[in-house]
Amino acid sequence: MSTPFYVSPQQAMADRAEYARKGIARGRSLVVLQYADGIVFVGENPSRALHKFSEIYDRIGFAAAGKYNEYENLRIGGVRYADLRGYTYDRDDVTARGLANVYAQTLGTIFSSAGEKPYEVELVVAEVGDAPEGDQIYRLPHDGSIVDEHGSVAVGGNAEQISGYLDQRHRDGMSLAEALKLAVQALSSQANGNDREIPADRLEVAVLDRTRPQQRKFKRIVGRQLARLLEAEEAATAPTDAPSDEADDSSGPESGE
Amino acid sequence: MEANTRSTGRLPAAFLTPGSSSFMDFLGAHSPDLLPGNRALPPVQGAIEAPHGTTIVATTFPGGVVLAGDRRATMGNMIAQRDIEKVFPADEYSAVGIAGTAGLAVEMVKLFQLELEHFEKVEGVQLSLEGKANRLSTMIRSNLGLAMQGLAVVPLFAGFDVDRERGRIFSYDVTGGRSEETGYAATGSGSIFARGAMKKLYRDDLSEEEATTLVVQALYDAADDDSATGGPDVARRIYPIVTVITDEGFRRLTDEESSGIARAILERRLAQPDGPRAALL
Repeated sequence: MSTPFYVSPQQAMADRAEYARKGIARGRSLVVLQYADGIVFVGENPSRALHKFSEIYDRIGFAAAGKYNEYENLRIGGVRYADLRGYTYDRDDVTARGLANVYAQTLGTIFSSAGEKPYEVELVVAEVGDAPEGDQIYRLPHDGSIVDEHGSVAVGGNAEQISGYLDQRHRDGMSLAEALKLAVQALSSQANGNDREIPADRLEVAVLDRTRPQQRKFKRIVGRQLARLLEAEEAATAPTDAPSDEADDSSGPESGE
Repeated sequence: MEANTRSTGRLPAAFLTPGSSSFMDFLGAHSPDLLPGNRALPPVQGAIEAPHGTTIVATTFPGGVVLAGDRRATMGNMIAQRDIEKVFPADEYSAVGIAGTAGLAVEMVKLFQLELEHFEKVEGVQLSLEGKANRLSTMIRSNLGLAMQGLAVVPLFAGFDVDRERGRIFSYDVTGGRSEETGYAATGSGSIFARGAMKKLYRDDLSEEEATTLVVQALYDAADDDSATGGPDVARRIYPIVTVITDEGFRRLTDEESSGIARAILERRLAQPDGPRAALL
């Protein structure tokens, strides 16, 4: 016999948004930056096996903050979407814009349907172009909106502060080592000034490198190569010169120079 | 089917349902009409005429494996195409060469490449070489209906096994039966002659250069005796496709490299048409 409480649509949406934002804030933040030869993904991730970044298609990468099972689900949906589309038409017909639209629709529908719990995720879909002008980075918050980003983007709980840090310091045409250094600094900076140190074995780093000879441009940077880049970063702090370490992408099995 | 790939609507439920890491399984569940094996065909009398690819050869050497193919496609007694490509990278560490009905074979390769890539992206690791070989077996088996109508696809699969650190070759029959070959293997109409040539020339201590020369010699001998296999076409600058897979990954020889090998062999054959002699005892 009891009548349900009236909740205004504004209030309902605000509650759902707050729920999602709180969930995302529990995870660690990550950053995506453009550098001279592509796009680099950097995040703090103690796990070696559960990735925050991954390949979706030839030139398209995926990054996510928030609840693992939810973004993993979206990631696999994206891989299926991209592979099916590439198989039906052509590999060139798979674009980050198309994928971002699909994700936005998916997240938006879930967010506004009363029956479903909103996803506690924030995604980045990035596509590397033939030249820096062709790079595309889309940020997708939990509610299904799309933000077309340039230069750098941060997602996750601490995203606003990190974005502010990056906006001031990121510039076009950075080398990979410089961009990586900036990303690590941004992730380890704290609002209260007590910066943390993130050890290399807790970093997850991946790139979309337009100079890779293969069709598939996504590559994880791990082990020796990552250590070398982080060292190059320290060396580069004194003389800030762009052509610091361009030979760093040769440890993979593919680039046989 | 609500989910067409062109629309930019929400991802259909099937895309977000946890399931297999196989693209073929996904395709089978979501749009089965796109799977090559699921096509309903009217009963056909006699063989269907379609371009056929011919000879593929492979040999192992310490450190890797070489896979090569001639460039001819035939339709009956006609040459359908002089510069067809029949050897493809399957992924970073493996390659597949195809003999049989060209149209179906190329489609099978495309799906096979996608299958390996899809698994790698979803799981975060590559399939084992054995797993890849088995997957190809399943795909050939799904083509059995067409094979019975004369549209068979018989690939040769070669790859570098990163766990065992050596090159391996797998051959197949039309029913999907898979067998691992030691040393060298050939498939297609010229394979009898190519295998004979390799039998005499193969050693287990070949260098990479010797192995690439060996396969081109074998293709030359196949073309010599089988009209469906094309020899090196010097006038049109069409040379065999030669690929090498080592722990560094897949590499296709450049046109200069393969023309260099083919021309050197051609030069020698002007003096000795039957090619290198093996010792009698």
